[in-house]
Amino acid sequence: MLAFIIRRMVQALLVMIVVALIAFTLFRFVGDPVNQMVGIETSAQERELLRQQLGLNDPVIAQFVRFIWNAVHFDFGASYQFKQPVIDLIADRFPATMELSVVSALLSLIFGIPMGVYAALHRTSWLSRFFLTISLVGISLPTFLTGILLIFLFAVSLNWLPSFGRGDVVALGFWSTGLLTKSGLKALVLPGITLGLFQLALIMRLVRSEMIEVLRTDYIKFARARGLPDRIVYFGHALKNTLVPVMTIAGLQLGSIIAFAIITETVFQWPGMGLLFLKAVQNADIPIMSAYLLLVAFIFVTINLVVDLLYAAVDPRIRIDLRPV
Amino acid sequence: MSAGQGASPSLTPRLRWLSRLLDSDIAYSFWQSKLTVLAAVVALVIALGALLAPWIAPQNPFDLKTISLLNSHVPPAWQKGGDLQFLLGTDDQGRDVLSTILYGSRLSLAIGIMSVAFAAVLGIALGLIAGYVGGSVDALIMRAADVQLTFPAILIALLIDGTAHALFGQYRDESATIWVLVLSIGLSFWVQYARTVRGLTFVERNKDYVLAARLIGIRPGLILVRHILPNVIGPVLVIVTINLALAIILEATLSFLGVGLSPTQPSLGTMIRIGNNFLFAGEWWIAIFPGVTLAALALSVNLLGDWLRDALNPKLR
Amino acid sequence: MSAPVLSVRRLRVEFPRRHETLVAVNDISFDIARGEVLGVVGESGAGKSLTGNAVIGLLEPPGRIGGGEVLLTGERIDRLSPEAMRHIRGKRIGMVFQDPLTSLNPLYRIGRQLVETIEAHTEYKGAAARRRAIGLLAEVGLPAAEARIDNYPHQFSGGMRQRVVIALALAADPELVIADEPTTALDVSVQAQIIALLKRICRERGTAIMLITHDMGVIAEAADRVAVMYAGRIVEIGAVRDVIGRPLHPYSAGLMGSIPKLDSDLDRLVQISGSMPRLTSIPSGCAFHPRCPRIFEPCAKLRPDLAPSGQSHVACWLYNKVPTNAEAAP
Repeated sequence: MLAFIIRRMVQALLVMIVVALIAFTLFRFVGDPVNQMVGIETSAQERELLRQQLGLNDPVIAQFVRFIWNAVHFDFGASYQFKQPVIDLIADRFPATMELSVVSALLSLIFGIPMGVYAALHRTSWLSRFFLTISLVGISLPTFLTGILLIFLFAVSLNWLPSFGRGDVVALGFWSTGLLTKSGLKALVLPGITLGLFQLALIMRLVRSEMIEVLRTDYIKFARARGLPDRIVYFGHALKNTLVPVMTIAGLQLGSIIAFAIITETVFQWPGMGLLFLKAVQNADIPIMSAYLLLVAFIFVTINLVVDLLYAAVDPRIRIDLRPV
Repeated sequence: MSAGQGASPSLTPRLRWLSRLLDSDIAYSFWQSKLTVLAAVVALVIALGALLAPWIAPQNPFDLKTISLLNSHVPPAWQKGGDLQFLLGTDDQGRDVLSTILYGSRLSLAIGIMSVAFAAVLGIALGLIAGYVGGSVDALIMRAADVQLTFPAILIALLIDGTAHALFGQYRDESATIWVLVLSIGLSFWVQYARTVRGLTFVERNKDYVLAARLIGIRPGLILVRHILPNVIGPVLVIVTINLALAIILEATLSFLGVGLSPTQPSLGTMIRIGNNFLFAGEWWIAIFPGVTLAALALSVNLLGDWLRDALNPKLR
Repeated sequence: MSAPVLSVRRLRVEFPRRHETLVAVNDISFDIARGEVLGVVGESGAGKSLTGNAVIGLLEPPGRIGGGEVLLTGERIDRLSPEAMRHIRGKRIGMVFQDPLTSLNPLYRIGRQLVETIEAHTEYKGAAARRRAIGLLAEVGLPAAEARIDNYPHQFSGGMRQRVVIALALAADPELVIADEPTTALDVSVQAQIIALLKRICRERGTAIMLITHDMGVIAEAADRVAVMYAGRIVEIGAVRDVIGRPLHPYSAGLMGSIPKLDSDLDRLVQISGSMPRLTSIPSGCAFHPRCPRIFEPCAKLRPDLAPSGQSHVACWLYNKVPTNAEAAP
């Protein structure tokens, strides 16, 4: 078990290093830090001096190490567009993205799993077909289209909910939350649904197909052959065996919600990291791009690791190392 | 199952094969599901429209000479102020929405299909090599796959797109945009193919007929293509059915975000982006019609994919 | 003689398909008495497992019982409601499947799987149920039952796992146990142990056992009587020593001949040419006639029914009286 944990952590570290390499390459070689910092009139000598000062003529390895060192200390340089430290920009917008992502993830799980279970157990009922249709629409509609349609319906036509922004936020230490105000909550609804719909559809379909597979297994057949009541067969056995692989995939999907937030934030002008990243891509603002990359990679790798450990905790076949007798 | 009993012996072999196909279980399940038939019809209509756009579109929205600002903001033909010449209305540049949808679908479908093809070819090739050669080559490819799998496709596509933009920003012309898009989307999706193919190659490699071929001295490349590849096509097809809709949606998303196709050569996503600005002004047709088309396209591709997967799955028969 | 535990009369299992209805088990009848082991033997595809599934009511759709009766100690059970059938399953009929690894839920300890079965069918709950579970494990020969009851399935070897499965099947003390290929997935050395276990259970508890297998060696070891199935029908049924020692039906004879014996000095095993027909193309008349070495005139046209011949029953025109005009069903 310990070997398993160590192996996974080494793997995670490896991924981070590769990503850091890519981020560094972007940072150093794709953009030109010096040209971005100075005006047109600056002479070539002054540029060369600046290069020397910034350590841009040092060996690449040294620069890479320095890059990682800075990153670990949250120093990602300054944005080309805003001329501010990247870390400040990101920290400012981090709570917005995280709140949106977590709320959407919770929504997709709370509704997706029961819908999937129902659709697997009652395959022919009209409600199941209805759920399946919703799920199909959910994975076919691009996130931005869902957002636009929701805005058009609820914000423009009916005027029930806001169509952009976060509403009023309350500052709790370094975190700003929209969950404590009425307007903040109202502002979360449409973006939350938009971001969560795709994931909900995915989870619903996954749970349904996993459960159908499980219901076909020999141990379920044996459980029925033992005359166990349906309740125990479905919710005691089938559900647990279904949720174990679903849980891992759902966990990984949660990571991708953070990425999809880019789209939702664009549609709703939600002041989060995703919108920041998008503007950076559009304007070739390399420092923000590479910092976002590192941060998001870190979050994903952590989620992956946690999910793997959770899986090992739940599935005894991985956990216990005893020899069969 | 004695199918094709209605075919008389006088029919040519080809027709008999066709009648056998039509009578087969796959065809049966197709007709049985009305939804699948509907999906196929919708997909076919859009595909045909896209294919025949240059001939059937009332206007060529890319030809600047045919567009006039005087025609801008015209609502759909059945609304007040509408014009039969512009059935679905026009956008802010005076382009006919119907024509733009036809040409835009063309781009969306083309990019979607090309990127899936690219991802498939790359993934299959890498998977075959990894599975057949094994060892450090395999480890390298799989590590790369693992790293990439940590990230969602959209992030990878955005990154490649953004980097290309930064590197070649000043050289970008319209056709380059398409290739950059195909590259970014394709590169986001190769991993699934590679992994599946690698697993299958492992299994096939150890089978007797492959060992026999190697003993005879047949070149590995030939073994891969002639023997292992056909066994791998089935599962790959399943992945393609899921992938195609995702690729189309990804391209639309990238265009909507402004890092895809530009307004001078718009895909459906770009059009929605443009139309979004006028939604609040009440000019809904610029965004909604392309939106409906995109949704219908993705939906029908998904339905067809679902049906194909169920039909090919031996466990469900 | 007391009434048989299981009585199957003219059972028919069919699969409705698009163009036609396929009959997988066609008009079979047999009894199993208390404390008796009936072997059901035949090649793959003969319909043995389907018979077992039909008896316990676990036929997978679109399969269904198309006719006949299944009686458990005299009461009909083939037409019961699903809820009533569930009460019978486990409590009065137990079933053991082929692969013990896939029969057990890998995520649950075996103690839990045992206790839930006991609690579902008996009045034992909680600690009492657990004690009973430990007792069951000891009965099936699992060493250190008290310690191992909290293990997971993958921590047992194949033979031990099958013992756990048998314990589970016996948990509610059923009158009949259907064992579907219980030894096929096990090593040869372990097979003998499991067979001995089944026989002991049968003897000590008086349970009737329906032993389904394709392995004649297992039948010879374990069964009291044997029914030979071919293409969905029973072609011969009788005491084991009769059917094995002096097989009447040419198919049974072929099966016996294909067992390697220590005391014979044949160079090659006897092989029955051809293979079991598919459900879609069952031959007319006697289904075995295309492969039969002793085929003669009526075999291709008329289908023989089971008729007594000596101590056994056999369905073959070699022994049955051929009707003078074609009154038997083709």
